[in-house]
Amino acid sequence: MIGKESTAGRAVKFTFLGVWLLFTVFPLYWITVTSLKAPGDIFRFPLAYWPERFSLENYSGLFGTADFGTYLTNSLIVSTVAGATATAISMLSAYVLARFEFRTKSALLMAALVTQMIPSFIALGPLYLLMTDLRLVDNRLGLILVYVAVCIPFCTVMLRGFFENIPDALEEAAMIDGLSRFAALFRVLLPVMRPGIIAAFIFNFVNCWNELFLSVTLMNSDSNKTVPTALNGFISSFNIDWGSMSAAAVLTILPTMFLFAFASRHIVQGLTSGAVKG
Amino acid sequence: MSVTSKTATKTTAPGRGDPTPERGLPHGGRRREFTTRRGLQIAAFMAPAAVFVAVFTYYPVIAGGQMAFRNWKLTDLTDTSWVGLKNFRDVFADPAWSTVLGNSAIWVFGSIVPQLVIGFALALWLRRRFRFRGLYQALIFFPWAISGFLIGILFRWLFNSEFGVVNDLLQKAGLIDEPIAWLADPKTAMVAVLIANIWYGVTFFAIMILAALQSIPDELYEAAALDGAGKARTLFQITIPYIRTTLALTVLLRVIWIFNFPDLIFGMTGGGPNNETHIVTTWMIKITQQGDYGRASALGLLVVAALLVFAVFFLMATREKKGVRS
Repeated sequence: MIGKESTAGRAVKFTFLGVWLLFTVFPLYWITVTSLKAPGDIFRFPLAYWPERFSLENYSGLFGTADFGTYLTNSLIVSTVAGATATAISMLSAYVLARFEFRTKSALLMAALVTQMIPSFIALGPLYLLMTDLRLVDNRLGLILVYVAVCIPFCTVMLRGFFENIPDALEEAAMIDGLSRFAALFRVLLPVMRPGIIAAFIFNFVNCWNELFLSVTLMNSDSNKTVPTALNGFISSFNIDWGSMSAAAVLTILPTMFLFAFASRHIVQGLTSGAVKG
Repeated sequence: MSVTSKTATKTTAPGRGDPTPERGLPHGGRRREFTTRRGLQIAAFMAPAAVFVAVFTYYPVIAGGQMAFRNWKLTDLTDTSWVGLKNFRDVFADPAWSTVLGNSAIWVFGSIVPQLVIGFALALWLRRRFRFRGLYQALIFFPWAISGFLIGILFRWLFNSEFGVVNDLLQKAGLIDEPIAWLADPKTAMVAVLIANIWYGVTFFAIMILAALQSIPDELYEAAALDGAGKARTLFQITIPYIRTTLALTVLLRVIWIFNFPDLIFGMTGGGPNNETHIVTTWMIKITQQGDYGRASALGLLVVAALLVFAVFFLMATREKKGVRS
C-alpha cells in the first residue's frame, strides 16, 4: 500500500471520517428521536436531544387514525414482485448484451441510457390513459408492470457488468457437455452470479419502494396507496403533523436500510461493475 | 438438441472481442442456419425487456412528447389542436424561466462539486484498512436507501425555523443569535436544499471512486515512492490520471441524475419561497399541476435534449477508457 501514515495525517483522516459519520447519521437519529417523543414534547423548548418520556403515540396513531399498515403491505407487495420480475427479465437481456455481438446492440444500450434522462412527468398523462384502457388504474398489478419497465434499463446495465466479469469459458464448457444455452445460463452461470442478482434485486426493490410520482398518479383509492403516496398526502395539507410524519418516515426508511446494510458489499460491487463498464 | 447445433453454438459462443464475425465470410448453408438461430436466441432473450420498456416507457414518452406541439390543457380539453412551437416559446417567455434555469445550474454544480470533493476524500481515506471499516462503510451508505422525497421531508424538519435542530445547534454554538427562517428566505433555502442533496449524494461518489482506486496496481505507488514522489505528486500524477475515466463517467452520470431529480426539492420546499428553489424538473411538475400538459411536455423534451448532449460526453469518455486500458 501507499507509504506510511504520519500521526498528523491519521488525526486529520479520522477527524474527517468522524465528522462525516456524524453528519450522515445525525438526521436519521433526529427523526427517530422526534418520532419517539410524546406529540406535545416535540414542540417544546429547550429541544430534547434525548426524549424525556418515550412514547409510541405517534406510531399507534399511524395504525389507528391512518391506515399505514395497508400502505406498508401495498409497498411491500408491489416492490417485491416488481423487483423480482425486473431482475429476472434484466438477467436475460444483460446476458445477451454481455455475450453476443450484433448490429443493434449499441442502439439498445443507448435506448437504455436515454430512459435515465427522461423526466417521468412527460409520460404520466399518456401512461394514465394507457392504464385506463387496460383497466389497470388503481390496481397493484398495473403499478407493478410500470415499475418493472422502470427498473429494467439500469438493472440490465448493472447485471451486464457482472456477466462480463465471469469468463466465457464457464458456460462454453457446459455447452460442450451438451447443455443448451438456456440451461447453461440457469444451471452454471446463475449460481456464480448470485451476489450480483441479490444486489440487482435489492436495488430494484429500493427504487420501487421509494418511487413517488408514478404511484401518486396511478393509485388513488386509500386501500391501494403505497407508502410514498401516503407521505405525500401528509404534506399536502398545510400543517404537517411532524410527530406522525417522523414515525412514518422511520417506518419507511427502516426496511430499505436493513436491506442495504445486509447487502452493502454486493451493491458496491454491482454498482461499480455495472456503471463503470456500461 | 442435435450435434450440429451444439458445435455451431460453440463456434459462435465467444461473441465478445470479435465484432460481427459472420459478416465478410462466405455464407455456407450451415453457417446461415446457426446465424438465424443465433438471431432468434438474441431476440428471444431481449424480447421481454424490450416489450416492457417499449410499452410502459417509450410509448407513453412519445405520446407525451407529441403533446408538446399541441394545445393540451386540462382546463380546455375541447381544443387539442396542433400549435407548432408555441409551447416552447411559452416556456422561454415565462418571466420565471431565467430564475428556474439559474437555479438548475446552481443545483447541479452546487451539488456535484462538494459531492465529488468529499466523496474523493472519503474514498482515499477508506482505501486503507482500519478497524470497523466495514461497519463505517455500511453506516455512511444509509442515505442512499432513502427516497429523495423523504430526504426532502427529513431536512425540512431539520431546517424548521421554530423547532428545527439546525437553528438550535447553531445557537448553542454561538454562531447565530436569532433562529433563521431557512426555507422562507430564497438564499438560505437554496443552501438548505443543497446541503440535503450533498448528504444524499456523497456516498455514490465515494463508492465509485473507492472501487476505481482498488483497481490501481500497488507497483505504481511503489515505483513513485522509489522516485521520491510526495503525496500531492502521487495524487495528481498517478491516482487521478489512472481513475480519470471513472471520475468523468461518474460526474456525467450524476449530472444527468441530479438535473433530473425533482423529488428532494419537491418534498423540501415545493419550489418555494416564491419559485426561488424551482429547478427545471420541479417547474415541470408545477406546470403539470396547473393542467398545461402541452407546455410541460415541451419542457420535458428540452430536458431530454439537454441531457442527450451530456450523454455524448458520457459515451466519449467510455470509449477513451477502452482504448487506454485494454
